[in-house]
Amino acid sequence: MQTYDLEANGLRGLNATLQSQSTETNQTSWEVVNPKGSHAIAVGLDAPIEVTVKGSTGYYCAGMNQQATVKVEGSVGPGVAENMMSGQVIVDGDASQYAGATGHGGLLVIKGNASSRCGISMKGIDIVVHGNIGHMSAFMAQAGNLVVCGDAGDALGDSLYEARLFVRGSVKSLGADCVEKEMRPEHLEILKDLLDRAGADASPEEFKRYGSARQLYNFDIDNSAAY
Amino acid sequence: MCGIVGLFLKDQSLAPQLGNMLTDMLITMTDRGPDSAGIAIYGEESGGKTKVTLQSPNPKDDFAGLAEELGQHLGVAVSQTDNDTHTVLDIPAGQFEAARAALAEIRPSVRIMSRGEMLEIYKEVGLPKDVAARFDISSMSGTHGIGHTRMATESAVTTMGAHPFNTGPDQCLVHNGSLSNHNSLRRKLRREGVVIQTENDTEVGAAYLTWKMMNGATLGEALESSLEDLDGFFTFVVGTKDGFGVVRDPIACKPAVMAETDQYVAFGSEYRALVNLPGIEDARIWEPEPATVYFWSHNDSPTTTEKAA
Repeated sequence: MQTYDLEANGLRGLNATLQSQSTETNQTSWEVVNPKGSHAIAVGLDAPIEVTVKGSTGYYCAGMNQQATVKVEGSVGPGVAENMMSGQVIVDGDASQYAGATGHGGLLVIKGNASSRCGISMKGIDIVVHGNIGHMSAFMAQAGNLVVCGDAGDALGDSLYEARLFVRGSVKSLGADCVEKEMRPEHLEILKDLLDRAGADASPEEFKRYGSARQLYNFDIDNSAAY
Repeated sequence: MCGIVGLFLKDQSLAPQLGNMLTDMLITMTDRGPDSAGIAIYGEESGGKTKVTLQSPNPKDDFAGLAEELGQHLGVAVSQTDNDTHTVLDIPAGQFEAARAALAEIRPSVRIMSRGEMLEIYKEVGLPKDVAARFDISSMSGTHGIGHTRMATESAVTTMGAHPFNTGPDQCLVHNGSLSNHNSLRRKLRREGVVIQTENDTEVGAAYLTWKMMNGATLGEALESSLEDLDGFFTFVVGTKDGFGVVRDPIACKPAVMAETDQYVAFGSEYRALVNLPGIEDARIWEPEPATVYFWSHNDSPTTTEKAA
């Protein structure tokens, strides 16, 4: 286990050190102490290492992650795991707005609540939130799965493409072109796997599935009066 | 961007450290806006008097013999405490409007920063650390306070464009965001007789709340209706004699974090601003909901204004 004191040694040193780990590194386990809400902790990693942040972080923690597992023992500010490609990011506390935004792959787990715009424009990432999510979540979400064990806020899945949304609790309102869809056996299977991997104590049968009605994909001449 | 901090003490044994804690919080937010900075501090009550905080670009000339001259003008006893470019006048209650008129005559270049029984506002162009140092904010004690560091988007970088803005007796407002309908709203409020001194968007927000309350709205009602009438982005933190409140627009893209312990309620644009507060490790920490008015008061039996908020 390598320990890095962020307060004593600075952010650039941390990210440069973590980014320079290759896939064959022996230093696979890292601990970051004194994060104190700093921004851009453990960003741009590209090696199968495990980084544990001992406290809460600011903006863009674990952004652009590939391969690495980043665990935050606290809450995270806006844009956690933004544009993640692969690997895992696990947040013990809450996440601020646009968690997992534009993510292409990997798994983001938030054990508390996520606020507004969770999974906005997600492009293949899987996001599991143990608590609730805020308004405008999964806006223009293109691919991947967003699983919410609690409730969802206003305008869920507005202008949604092909991402799958699973919500156990209530949905305050659905956004434009987002509809409830039938839960088929293959969806239950996907959901079960995600809940297991995210350590969420919930049964897939308790969820409802939401997806795109696909009415906004193409210009419809009958709607021209609305423009 | 702009950075906001706020601290409301429940445990008055921390009162002597209020200025110090707020200064530390505000300096942490410097990179959210280095243009200008300001602090509203609710200190000791002035024993039935009204505190009027003034600012002058030429404090040496403007503040010399000011209390005496103003006292003669009003026929009452006035005292003053100078602090760099600001001075705090103590005038008898009920004399504020007369004092404002007299000041316009005897010291036309002096600007009124705030008025109230407890509130003092200090603000200037510059980095938070420099602004806090020139007024020695860290030595100030008080029950609650609000700080702001500005990245200007809607109007010039001037002292009068800095936050906080005084909205009424013992009331102030700071803002992170930008209002897009401030020009039309300014014209409307001026027609209604509201004094608006700058081209700044936040001043219009502050004047709007003042105008609503002048017309019988409680602070809570004024904040609720701001959600309808103000177009743009905002996280507002407001201060009153007994407490402070927070409201975010329905989109809520401007960040906000709150922390509460048995000793205090704290607000920060980012969690970084809160990390040095005592007992933060065990505080309840959350993000305020969009379009929701939050309020904390020292008053066990809040006035209708506070209750409504």
